[in-house]
Amino acid sequence: MTAELIHRLHFAFTVTFHYLFPQLTMGLALLIVVLKTVALKTGNEEWDRAARFWGKIFGINFVFGVVTGIPMEFEFGTNWARFSRLSGGVIGQPLAMEGVFSFFLESAFLGLFLYGEKRLSKTLHWFSAVMVFVGSWISGFFIIVTDAWMQHPVAYAHMPNGQYEVLSFWQLLLNPWALLQYAHNMTGAVVTASFVMAATGAFYLLEGRFTECGCDYGHIFLKVGVIAGLISTILIIFPTGDLHGKYVARNQPASIAAMEGLFKTEAGAGIVLVGQPNEETGQIDNPIVVNDVLSFLIYGTTKAEVKGLDQFPRDQWPTTLPLLYYAYHIMAGLGTYFVLLMIGAALMLWRGRLYSSRWMLWALLISFPLPYIANTAGWMTAEIGRQPWLIYGLMRTSEGFSSTVSASNGLFTLLGFMGLYALLGLLFTVLVYREISHGPEPKAVEAVHAD
Amino acid sequence: MMGFIWFWLVAVMIVGYVVLDGFDLGVGVLHLFLARNEAERGATLRSIGPVWDGNEVWLLAGGGTLYFAFPLLYASAFSGFYLPLMIVLWLLILRGVSLELRNHLDMGVWLGLLDGIFGLASAMLTIFFGAALANVLRGVPLQADGYFFLPLWTNWQPGTNPGILDWYTVIGGLVALVALTLHGALWLTIKTSGELEQRARKVVTPLWLLLIVFTVVSLIATMAVRPTSLDNYYRYPVTFIVPVGVIASLAAIWLLNRKGQAVKAFLASCLYLFFMLAGACWGVYPTLLPATTGAQNDITLSRALSGPHTLAVGLAWWSFGMTLALAYVIFVYSRFRGKADAGVESH
Repeated sequence: MTAELIHRLHFAFTVTFHYLFPQLTMGLALLIVVLKTVALKTGNEEWDRAARFWGKIFGINFVFGVVTGIPMEFEFGTNWARFSRLSGGVIGQPLAMEGVFSFFLESAFLGLFLYGEKRLSKTLHWFSAVMVFVGSWISGFFIIVTDAWMQHPVAYAHMPNGQYEVLSFWQLLLNPWALLQYAHNMTGAVVTASFVMAATGAFYLLEGRFTECGCDYGHIFLKVGVIAGLISTILIIFPTGDLHGKYVARNQPASIAAMEGLFKTEAGAGIVLVGQPNEETGQIDNPIVVNDVLSFLIYGTTKAEVKGLDQFPRDQWPTTLPLLYYAYHIMAGLGTYFVLLMIGAALMLWRGRLYSSRWMLWALLISFPLPYIANTAGWMTAEIGRQPWLIYGLMRTSEGFSSTVSASNGLFTLLGFMGLYALLGLLFTVLVYREISHGPEPKAVEAVHAD
Repeated sequence: MMGFIWFWLVAVMIVGYVVLDGFDLGVGVLHLFLARNEAERGATLRSIGPVWDGNEVWLLAGGGTLYFAFPLLYASAFSGFYLPLMIVLWLLILRGVSLELRNHLDMGVWLGLLDGIFGLASAMLTIFFGAALANVLRGVPLQADGYFFLPLWTNWQPGTNPGILDWYTVIGGLVALVALTLHGALWLTIKTSGELEQRARKVVTPLWLLLIVFTVVSLIATMAVRPTSLDNYYRYPVTFIVPVGVIASLAAIWLLNRKGQAVKAFLASCLYLFFMLAGACWGVYPTLLPATTGAQNDITLSRALSGPHTLAVGLAWWSFGMTLALAYVIFVYSRFRGKADAGVESH
């Protein structure tokens, strides 16, 4: 195994594991604000307790997100030193901004939200929930800005010593790539959170929990989860996914060709629904193709020419091309399933049949892991699609890793992270399952605790 | 000028991290010894519960600031200190998870294990941080291209072929362990009450005596390992105020603790940490990372500094952002001021 591969795996593994947590916290932060707002407007204690329950899940998630997030900032320096040395003046900025503008805010108000309910007025407690939401969404923005600069570098100058520096603060932040990717990514986070909330509601109803005490947590979670799920699963395809895809096609044409498995340039290119790309023959094996659709999706007309991989020299093809192709297809396929499921669930909710339909509740329950897979596959599409570039068009991945850190030392710490994260994953699953099976506090218990 | 400004801004963020997360780590070390039962242990840990992850943000924000202001230093030091940094990351993970789990949930039989992990990880983090600072003061085998790689240890001598750990950096680690444990004890005298508070106050004096010994030893050792450490002080004699500040704050810790002025004693300890770190920074300025391979390989301020546009852009948002951040920090600490263990008996 080469040092380059080890350093890529090191970052890929730790960042993939890390992003399992923020995608839920960011989405959940929004849904908690919804719960708190209803509680504040209606004075309904049940919604407050529902918010408190999700606050606990949020808290566990947040901690796992924080502790697995710190390594990410460090790894820029430890594993990607040559990249950091040249680009630190640019991408160090949004990373530092995340700490300064988001984490201080988020941690301060999360402390108040989780520990301070008794010390704060109802409005101030609601406000701290809003601030946690704002903080976590700002944090996502700065990370996207960092990634967007690597995907589509803007507002930079190349200094004589080889380093890049920022020319405009606003152009860096308002990189069009960043705005599109941000909209798409944050919608993805809301999809995860709504699926988790809906699944929890479905779980309670299937188990017949919380029906006797007169508090309908199952109903609340399903209602919020399905409505948010319907909105976010539509938005993730149109307009956010659509616009982002078109922008990628214009700016990284080789990536889109590889994602779609389009080896040959075609007018009226079709979209491959299923099939395995064969790099040696330059074909899709066992294809199921719908004609003209790809041209339409990218250019809005069925006759447009789409550049295939044959237009690009081999050394500019994304490395690990099949993985890119599969990641993209998994994301897109799941996205289609999500919107169908949520339209079905929302219709049943509207007709008043959702709470009693066991098969739909089961479908919602077992679907909750899928948005995690879709979000991960989406990020793999973005990051593998950028290959062989580390900074698109400017620096190759092979030029960026730490040359002083040997493959052996890299493997040592990669294995260390794998072991530790396996443990964390188990711990997290047990803890969240315990919280969910315990559930929000029913009224009776609440009265005892209110000292 | 920009170099001078950013050097001290990064230094301030590091001091901010050490002062704030320092008491979390100190409490982590102490809770194993000071708390005698479950209620007391809970009270001890609740004193840092709402603030620890906010305190850790200083590390991230400081790291990010270092990253864009001095990219060469960030790249060189982080890849060169690869192994200890990875261990620090693992320790930070273990500390954060174990603390949060036991604070939130009824963990049953696992509680003791979590407490042990939390205490041990906290102690090791203080030692690693102290050793890290000592590594910077001692210097590292920088090559002409600005990179190096240090093994965890070699022959335990701070010569031309050093490891992360040698007798000098171990002293640095022990100074940090004692200083931050004392810092944590002083925090506990503010946040706890009853017997726990008494015990925390009692442990201050022996820790304080130990700290004096280690401070003196570390200063002498630094002079031995890095004889040029006082050059800046002789050049600008007014800066001898820093070592005077170290002595004065040490004295104030003991006096104020004896008088029972807990908050002021804690602030004196903050000052002690500030003077120690500022003194070390001033001792190496304008070098950021000295080379054991000859001064021509030193990473200096001017060599590592980012481009002028980057720094100008950075200064604008940084000043604004850190003002906001300070406001949140003050707001949170004022909301959670006072004893954290009120109501322990009622549960």
